[in-house]
Amino acid sequence: MVKINGEERNVAGKTLAEYLATTSYDPKRIAVERNGEIVPKAQYGETILTDGDSIEIVSFVGGG
Amino acid sequence: MIPTKEAWNQALTKRQGAALQKKFSSATVAICGLGGLGSDIAIALARAGIGKMILIDFDKVDLSNLHRQQYKVSQIGKYKTDALRENLLEISPYVTLETHTTRVTEENAVRLLRSSDIICEALDDAEAKAMLTNLVLETMPDKFLVAASGMAGFGSANRIQTRSVTKRFYLCGDGESDVEAVGSLVSSRVMLCAAHQAHTVLRILAGRFET
Repeated sequence: MVKINGEERNVAGKTLAEYLATTSYDPKRIAVERNGEIVPKAQYGETILTDGDSIEIVSFVGGG
Repeated sequence: MIPTKEAWNQALTKRQGAALQKKFSSATVAICGLGGLGSDIAIALARAGIGKMILIDFDKVDLSNLHRQQYKVSQIGKYKTDALRENLLEISPYVTLETHTTRVTEENAVRLLRSSDIICEALDDAEAKAMLTNLVLETMPDKFLVAASGMAGFGSANRIQTRSVTKRFYLCGDGESDVEAVGSLVSSRVMLCAAHQAHTVLRILAGRFET
């Protein structure tokens, strides 16, 4: 299981890009942290989600 | 009359202690975006005696900004970099200010931000916020980033919070109040978020990393 934004999800084996494609996140508005480190945007397609991973997807909203 | 630098430093030391004063006065903080968040962050940091700020914004002060941004009627039409410089020097006469009247982009960000210790993301556009966040964390891993997301509307003040996403990435706001959906930004709630960001900067400099 992979913990994503606090919820356990059965997505181990998928790439981060594949997982994101199943969600409503706008790829241009997010930053993704995996086990305490930022995942470079260019590596979403090759980052394979692994059992025990802790992922946080930060989705920015407008205003400042 | 402007106080001498010695008197200024003595007054700050009396309030904050010599050890903190030294950390604050030797720090360089970059602020990307000088709207509601950025202008408020800069004022809080100037009052705390931050030694140097890098201020970046492409825009001019507009009448429609005055409801929440720290500018004056007399400054309408001026570049925000120039107007904020005037306002900050009235508060903190010995702060060093480096201003860049430009938009932060993937091409210029590293050059503009290279000499900073801590970077505040204070832009208004969600895509620009994400771009800057990813760029800083990917290409400048030695910096701290203090970003903001979610401060629009009239939601509770108590929902504006600070949390650490990674050891170098702090995020302030309620995480969801989007100005595009909510339709309004009010000074009090934007100030709350800016205060969270400024306070996080000072806590990082003070070596207090717990959230």
